[in-house]
Amino acid sequence: MDILEYIELVFTDYTLRTITLGTAILGAVTGMLGSFAVLRKQSLLGDAISHAALPGIAIAFLITGAKDSNTLLLGALVSGLIGTFWIRGIVTKTHLKSDTALGLILSLFFGFGMLLLTFIQKQPNANQAGLDKYLFGQAATLVESDVWMMAIVTGICLIVMLTFWKEFKILLFDADYTKTLGFNTKTIDILITSFIVLAIVLGLQTVGVVLMSAMLLAPAAAARQWTNSLSVMVFLAAIFGAFSGVFGTAISASQNNLSTGPVIVLVAGVFVVISFIFSPSRGLLFKQIRFIKNRRDLELHKTLAFMHHIAETHEDISHPHAIKLLNNFQGYTRSTLQKLVEKDYVELKGNMWNLTKIGFDTAANLYTKQSTEDE
Amino acid sequence: MEEQTRNIEIPASAGSIAVKVDDLTVAYNYKPVLWDIDLEIPEGVLMAIVGPNGAGKSTLIKSILGILKPIAGSISIYGKSYEKQRQLVAYVPQKGSVDWDFPTTALDVVKMGTYGSLGWIKRPGQKEKKAALEALEKVGMLPFKNRQISQLSGGQQQRIFLARALVQNASIYFMDEPFQGVDATTEIAIINILKELRKAGKTVIVVHHDLQTVPEYFDWVTFLNVKKIATGPVKDIFNDDNLTKTYGINYKVSIQE
Repeated sequence: MDILEYIELVFTDYTLRTITLGTAILGAVTGMLGSFAVLRKQSLLGDAISHAALPGIAIAFLITGAKDSNTLLLGALVSGLIGTFWIRGIVTKTHLKSDTALGLILSLFFGFGMLLLTFIQKQPNANQAGLDKYLFGQAATLVESDVWMMAIVTGICLIVMLTFWKEFKILLFDADYTKTLGFNTKTIDILITSFIVLAIVLGLQTVGVVLMSAMLLAPAAAARQWTNSLSVMVFLAAIFGAFSGVFGTAISASQNNLSTGPVIVLVAGVFVVISFIFSPSRGLLFKQIRFIKNRRDLELHKTLAFMHHIAETHEDISHPHAIKLLNNFQGYTRSTLQKLVEKDYVELKGNMWNLTKIGFDTAANLYTKQSTEDE
Repeated sequence: MEEQTRNIEIPASAGSIAVKVDDLTVAYNYKPVLWDIDLEIPEGVLMAIVGPNGAGKSTLIKSILGILKPIAGSISIYGKSYEKQRQLVAYVPQKGSVDWDFPTTALDVVKMGTYGSLGWIKRPGQKEKKAALEALEKVGMLPFKNRQISQLSGGQQQRIFLARALVQNASIYFMDEPFQGVDATTEIAIINILKELRKAGKTVIVVHHDLQTVPEYFDWVTFLNVKKIATGPVKDIFNDDNLTKTYGINYKVSIQE
């Protein structure tokens, strides 16, 4: 199937359109909210919430006996919220660190959820089959109403975020200070956390309990590499998340039988890797290039300084000296000398070199201004 | 909490007490970090809070500002409860308390000082930007206004925090170790601003570690070590006796006047 055919199919085929839209919206909202989680150093919170949602799904099924996705997700929402507030409770009431609390709640809830799932599977109720799809998600089960649900939640989330942008931002940066300004930090905190829980629960059907946290973290981590502005970061994370959904769906649809959730997560992972390597200011590649360049400059400057040291001994700064003299100096190579000539710092005449006026002045002022520039 | 008889009753007319702390006790777990603190800070002083590590200096500030909930005690700012007088108070937290890799610029951080007067939802506009730029100018950081905050040196970050508090245009400033990890240039710049604040009639309360500079920088001092050891003018109470009581060892500082 070529790309044009596929794109046409996205617009005409009901199932493909639903899944593409659903995963795109999901990616956008989780990317957006994930930025907040990452900046609050609550990266693991998403993982804990999604795992904590599992028993809720099972209990909702046990109570209603039906597999209506909205009911099950309501159960997931309730147990996800309970898990989240237990984590907060443990952190504030005991000496445990938040990673310990997160890990504890994650495994306890997940264990309990798995227990309930196996219990349900032993039931005679024919309806029980397929409940385990919430473990790894199954995008193919998305229907139009699910997508509407996601769109509405995303819309509300966007409105709330834009309304309380200033409050979110200052809380993320400096919670104590926010309190002294008279803001009720608890309210802002609960607002942010509740939306994170909501977004995660919405994604369970598509991506599943186990991989859901990646949807939250990967787009945000990738976006952070490209910008130093919070608004741009949130926007980029939403874009990366949405594209992960679209590309992930496309790959899984065109390669038969590939599970959509994991593919989406892998695509998001590709965004992360690319960002980590190629981002201009924080990326590994440019960092390495800058490092090498700085080193070369340093070698060049050291050689120049050495020449300056020699030239200083003469009244005429442009008095020629033998190139042989430089062989005693470690940083010197033929190519550094050539570069100094290109920069008009040095002139070569046969086996002799001499500093130019510019070269002499540059050497004299090397790094003396550093302290004032820095501070 | 219970009404105790005090030797001095502050008459209603005396607006000269900026901050009054009564019977303040704070504990994180079982052991009190602050025990029964009574403190009156007169208006217009530049006061250092000194004491060893773990003496509760930061805790005292945080409790006054409502960041920590005390077990007992009450705080009043110019005779009224802190909640009512919040806009009169500005806070400079310890530099290390935030993540400086947060995606924002110096100007943006300083603008946060205006959020309190803006209240919920309303965004900062031209007026707030102008105030923030003026504050940046005052701390000598105007050329760095668009810098990402992680690209600032420690001293510059401290000045940004100071500018954020200056924007609040408060009457009382609480600062938690503003001189920690800054170089001599920044230290002088900061102390000059603090002295200017005092000249303008503001009250400045600083958690301070360097005992040598107390007489030079401050005119008022509080010795703290879980309990309040002493409080008063530097020239009267900054002596070996109080230092020994606070730090527990035989402390000798030669005070040059």
